[in-house]
Amino acid sequence: MSKDKSNGSQFWNKIKRSQMLIPLAALLIMVIFNLIADPSFFAIKLGYSSAGYPVLSGYLMTILDCGSELAILAIGMTLVTAACGGQDISVGATIAVGGSVMLRVLCGGNSHPETMQAPIIVAFIVGALATMALGAFNGVLVAKFKIQPMVATLILFTAGRSIAAWVNNNELPIIKDVEFTYFGGFIPGIPIPTPFFIALGCGIIIFLVLKFTNLGLYTQAVGINESSSKLNGLNPDFIKFLSFVILGLCVAVAALIKVSRLSTINYSVIAKDIEMDAILAVALGGNKLSGGKFNMGASILGAYVIQFLTTTLYKFDVPSDALPAYKAIVVIALVVMSAPSVREKLQSIKKSLSSKKVSKEVA
Amino acid sequence: MNRENAVLEMHGISKSFPGVKALQNVDFTLCKGEIHALMGENGAGKSTLIKVLTGVYSKDEGEILMDGFDKPVMIHSPQDAQNVGISTVYQEITLCPNLSVAENMFIGRGKEVLTDWKKMNEDAGKILESLEIPAKPTQQLSSCSIAVQQMVAIARAVDMDCKVLILDEPTSSLDDLEVAKLFKLMRDLKARGVGIIFVTHFLDQVYEVCDKITVLRDGKLVGEYTIAELPRVLLVSKMLGKDLDDLSDIRSESQEYKGDGAGKAVFEAEGLVSDAGIKPFDFYINKGEVNGFTGLLGSGRSECVRAIFGADRVLGGTVKKDGKVIKIEKPIDAMKNGIAYLPEDRKRDGIVGDLSVRDNIILALQVLKGFFKPFTKAQASKFADEYIKLLDIKTASQDTPISALSGGNQQKVILARWLLTHPEYLILDEPTRGIDVGTKIDIQKLVLKLASEGMSVTFISSETDEMLRTCSRLVVMRDRKVVGQLTGDDLNQNMIMNTIAGGEDNE
Repeated sequence: MSKDKSNGSQFWNKIKRSQMLIPLAALLIMVIFNLIADPSFFAIKLGYSSAGYPVLSGYLMTILDCGSELAILAIGMTLVTAACGGQDISVGATIAVGGSVMLRVLCGGNSHPETMQAPIIVAFIVGALATMALGAFNGVLVAKFKIQPMVATLILFTAGRSIAAWVNNNELPIIKDVEFTYFGGFIPGIPIPTPFFIALGCGIIIFLVLKFTNLGLYTQAVGINESSSKLNGLNPDFIKFLSFVILGLCVAVAALIKVSRLSTINYSVIAKDIEMDAILAVALGGNKLSGGKFNMGASILGAYVIQFLTTTLYKFDVPSDALPAYKAIVVIALVVMSAPSVREKLQSIKKSLSSKKVSKEVA
Repeated sequence: MNRENAVLEMHGISKSFPGVKALQNVDFTLCKGEIHALMGENGAGKSTLIKVLTGVYSKDEGEILMDGFDKPVMIHSPQDAQNVGISTVYQEITLCPNLSVAENMFIGRGKEVLTDWKKMNEDAGKILESLEIPAKPTQQLSSCSIAVQQMVAIARAVDMDCKVLILDEPTSSLDDLEVAKLFKLMRDLKARGVGIIFVTHFLDQVYEVCDKITVLRDGKLVGEYTIAELPRVLLVSKMLGKDLDDLSDIRSESQEYKGDGAGKAVFEAEGLVSDAGIKPFDFYINKGEVNGFTGLLGSGRSECVRAIFGADRVLGGTVKKDGKVIKIEKPIDAMKNGIAYLPEDRKRDGIVGDLSVRDNIILALQVLKGFFKPFTKAQASKFADEYIKLLDIKTASQDTPISALSGGNQQKVILARWLLTHPEYLILDEPTRGIDVGTKIDIQKLVLKLASEGMSVTFISSETDEMLRTCSRLVVMRDRKVVGQLTGDDLNQNMIMNTIAGGEDNE
């Protein structure tokens, strides 16, 4: 019997030590809360889109939909955080630039074309080159000029949206082609939102990259001890630079989803404050914001948990102005819970409890 | 208090970490005006005992009594320790490099909200002067040498009116002159009635300055002795828990290889100079040879080997391998040419703290193998297992973060990392600093064994007798310049000292 017990506790310990604990626990709490407050939260309805295709709708679908762009950003943000020990706060603004570039390519000279002037893939590649170039800019500032990531990315955080407006001469291009809406909406015949599949694709790619290259090991080594990494033949500057370029690519994917949703762009509002959610996703995943070891799966899960929280708050009619305040309360609780000092304290409490139990058993 | 005159008594202290009993029922007593050495191998529990005493760790069992308190004192944080009069200077400098010397001495101590800068600087100046520390109060700490930073840390501790002063390896980065100054300071404090706990690996220093010795082994108390009743050989055997034939073994082993340096040079350097401020130097090493760089602290020993490895920016000179010119601009170039470098500062340049022992072992070989060719977990585990066994690395598992290991075991992991790359030329910069006698002997033996298998090794150490034991040729440095080379019969303590100091035939 004791053997079974130890096996069970081993499994439990493994979960507890894993970084997944915090995001999973947060998810569980919110699920229970919603179950009690209003189980209809979990209802998924099969409806039909205006074009007559079947689509699933409901709060869970919203989470799957909107959480996906966050998850994609969280991938890049995790790498930047791990390698540089800091965060990129310009992703919202660079999404605007990327989206603007894509629309510009699709529209050609006219801002309201009847049909797209270029294939979507070309627009995406040009947009991605633009966001990766901006990522490279941030990367050079951080890696070469040793500027703190938040300060370095503050430049594009401030300037990005103006650049985005300038790309389209401050006009609002509109794409009428229905094909373009697939990326942020539904592919005809498939009732699950497309962003989820895109995020899944990105997740699989990063999983394969981490498995078949040394990106993970190198990034963590550089983030933990730059000087030692250098003496082991690594080029820390390049690794940091690379992490920003990868984030730039993630930004492009998120930008495609964003502009596809609207078929147009609002330079000052698009992806506003998304950087904060992306950073929170990384933190919620139990990754140290000061860099070093990371767990990509936990970050991605963290992104969906953040979206779960946002959607829950919307569901209970929290006005969107007040949303950040509510979010902050929950986030503080989560982040404090995952702080090492609190964990240690909890562990010592648990230890003293179990030792009491043992002494009772002995008695 | 059980003993008269005691300022600190620790009874039955126990502390465990997951999987390790770091301390088991340890007693320790410190008297007023006594310098008490705490000795033991790595992992013996010295650091843990110190950390329990200073509130970094909380003890599982036991009590701590202090003079002037009628109840056992509760120490839960370093602040508590300071409040009851326990001050600590750690091996690694724990000050703030970007603050001034005076700020570092007074930070976190005053209860006033406002700082009287002028007074603070004046006070600091007085203390520095009285202790003869060559630093200005307003100077930024990072602009001082490591040795001076260490002394500032001591000045800070001393000034806090402590009853108990803990010096944890304070001398490991000091040269002889500075050590002498520190000892003078310690004796002054002793005369004032301060109890000093002195943790060091230098046996000479123990016998020079201490009154009593407490020996720990494997987390248990071996005993407390006065200096007179414990001769050196006995002390070492108590620390190791075995007799001391090992040391003499090594000597005879190395004897065989001395004078065997007449082979062909594997690596040669000519006029090599880096941006670290050394004068251009020539250098060669033969196959299977162990040579060393010696000189005072700051004489440029490390800078020379760093230039060979490409760790600092190389400004000029040529490096040849087997007679052919090779280009080494970055560490990776050196690694590809079969050079490995174990850096001087293990914590800053060696370990990758949060990564597992396994990842730390495979890191260099993995980088050599390339970005797109990661080892499978099975391969990595095999390598790690092999070297954990070979070097007898004490770790709970391969997955343990390296930062959780003791200093000596961390060093062995770094050594394993480089041995795994099967280098032709291994550079060891202070591989034995801050680690226990047992591991030191292991490393010296290993160096000689590797050399006998044909590896060329450069061995740098602050301890001259260690160099004499292992090296067959010594390059002597003074003021960032190579000033001589010693081989054969010239390899003795006196000759080295003469060359370092600049005897008649050198200048």
